[in-house]
Amino acid sequence: MASKTEVTNVKNKWMSFLVPALAVLVSLLIAAIIILFIGQNPIKAYGVMLKGAFGSRIAWADNITKMTSLLLTGLAVGFGFRAGVFNIGAEGQMAMGGIFAMLVGLNMGNVPPVIAIPLTILVGMLGGAFWASIAGWLKAQTGAHEVITTIMLNWIAYHLTNYLVSGPYTVGIGIPKSPEIAKSAQLPPLLTAQASTVPSGIIIAIVAAIVIYIVLDKTTVGYEVKAVGFNPYAAEYGGISISKNVVLTMAISGALAGLAGALEVMCVHHRIFGAFTSDRGFDGITIALIGQNNPIGIIFSSFLISSLRAGSNSMQTVGVPDDIIVIVQGIIIFFVAADRIIKTWIIKASKLGKNKNSQTIKGGEEA
Amino acid sequence: MTWIQAIFTALSTPLFYKLTILSALPLVFAGIGGVYSEITGVTNIALEGIMKLGAFIAAVFIFYTGNPWIGLIMGMIGGLVLAFLHAYVSIEWSANQIVSATALILIAQGIVGFLMKPIFGQEGQTDFLTKIPMVKIEPLKNVPFIGEIFGEISAFFYIAIGVILFSWFLLYKTPLGLRMRAVGENPLAADTLGVNVKGIRYFGVLMSGVLAALGGMYIAIGDVGQFQELMPAGKGFIALAAMILGNWNPVGTMWAALLFGAADAMNIQLQTLMELPSETKALLNLLPFVLTIIVVGGFIGKTRSPASSGVPYEKE
Repeated sequence: MASKTEVTNVKNKWMSFLVPALAVLVSLLIAAIIILFIGQNPIKAYGVMLKGAFGSRIAWADNITKMTSLLLTGLAVGFGFRAGVFNIGAEGQMAMGGIFAMLVGLNMGNVPPVIAIPLTILVGMLGGAFWASIAGWLKAQTGAHEVITTIMLNWIAYHLTNYLVSGPYTVGIGIPKSPEIAKSAQLPPLLTAQASTVPSGIIIAIVAAIVIYIVLDKTTVGYEVKAVGFNPYAAEYGGISISKNVVLTMAISGALAGLAGALEVMCVHHRIFGAFTSDRGFDGITIALIGQNNPIGIIFSSFLISSLRAGSNSMQTVGVPDDIIVIVQGIIIFFVAADRIIKTWIIKASKLGKNKNSQTIKGGEEA
Repeated sequence: MTWIQAIFTALSTPLFYKLTILSALPLVFAGIGGVYSEITGVTNIALEGIMKLGAFIAAVFIFYTGNPWIGLIMGMIGGLVLAFLHAYVSIEWSANQIVSATALILIAQGIVGFLMKPIFGQEGQTDFLTKIPMVKIEPLKNVPFIGEIFGEISAFFYIAIGVILFSWFLLYKTPLGLRMRAVGENPLAADTLGVNVKGIRYFGVLMSGVLAALGGMYIAIGDVGQFQELMPAGKGFIALAAMILGNWNPVGTMWAALLFGAADAMNIQLQTLMELPSETKALLNLLPFVLTIIVVGGFIGKTRSPASSGVPYEKE
């Protein structure tokens, strides 16, 4: 075991890439063993997964559709982490974003798309921001831990969605669902590949990532938010209000998750139904951690997770339940939490490499 | 029946009090589990995942052996193993305890979802399984009111009573309990006095695993009689709220759990007593979660957490 100083002293700029990359590899390896355990062939399963993620136009369309909301929930969680807030409630905030977008989108029948689309998006973001702010306000006012409050808000949003789609906004028979939003509030597809489409939401999501990158790196708001996350007491000593920044962080984080919900409604389903967020909010945690809370890193990590998600659906066809991806995510997060384990491996490996090199040099001198 | 009438009718039946106690049981187990972990200085928000995995493993072993007691023991071991992972990275590697616990919740959820079909041949829930038996006390059964509550009650009730008494005695009346509290308040001072900080923390986290597993198992094989993938549906986090409201004290946690249990019982009673449309019932299901936010928000009494809870301890 490497000592603490040894681990923290390593100033390898590759470390922030290597740690999550190794975490992903190790978790896929452990998952392969688990697949063997239930008597299936992991190589075949992973092959099918790759095909399901990239093998056809439909696969790509599905992949990019998933990536849209995942990028945004990843940004939501990552932005929170940068400010030292663990927003585990992106799931509920995404649901609220969808609910708000649906409520506005229903009434956009006589409004031209130029107004209807931005308005619906904006209200969806406000819905998510409002939901997250409750937890932010409680943390600032009473010190209530955001993990517990946001989890509770997730459940409340879940039950609220079920209430809306089975009560006041129910339509049709079968699974309880809301009516479709007006045509003018629906976002047109970017591309159409046979039966499925690539939503234009992906452009909005990538723009959001760049905006968050600029906010964090180039603005006063970003500086204050990061300062509070880095050392709240020092920040307060320097004249930065902790409570103001906690509420602001949660609001921005929630707005991003709300945007994910709004786009899911406007691009994909055009309505809401029970659990329409399909765990994207929780996937956001993995995505933020793999992307090391860096907005640009999160673009890539959200593509990784959307590929795993899209591919895991096809794994079902060869008898591997798609929950394997949840295990993979859990293991990735576990290793990112305990990043010192992986850092120690890297240090040991690089030392081993150096020793080998010096040995061969010595050997050369003797001969 | 109006709301007021329904509430008073509910309050006058022994069934309400029985439901209160039974709904509180999983929170008592998991909440006291949380106390063990946090009082030694390790935050464990993975209770939700441990409850789920414990209940699942118990269901698996009852499915194969038909013996609920074997299921109970294996479920406890399952909880122990999952908690050990959390303890290992938190204590040895100074991992971020919130993130590591989140990982365990996902791992538990993933394992359960992954194995449901291969083992039980169906997703969502298992068939009905042999439950941990009820304990009947004949003389008590004939006592009015009280007899209807305690005359025939799940064996888990008596296990819970044992856990509450044992935990209170251990934490406040034994040298080990004093050391546990010292390690949670000021590990450096405890270490200087020769207390084994790491060992004590392992003990605390592992106990939280066993107890949370018991809480999850009560829901599956003490109450419902089957395992459902949605279990424990947020109860692991409500248990954390009970622990906070109970001021990190086993007896306090019990009272807090009873408060949440009463909210649950009232919800169940109102839904049966009043003829409500299904969407209103869905809204009533929000009650425990809203109550939890109010409690954690500190609107009901202020409490204080162990000073070093969640902070890794490293020897210089």
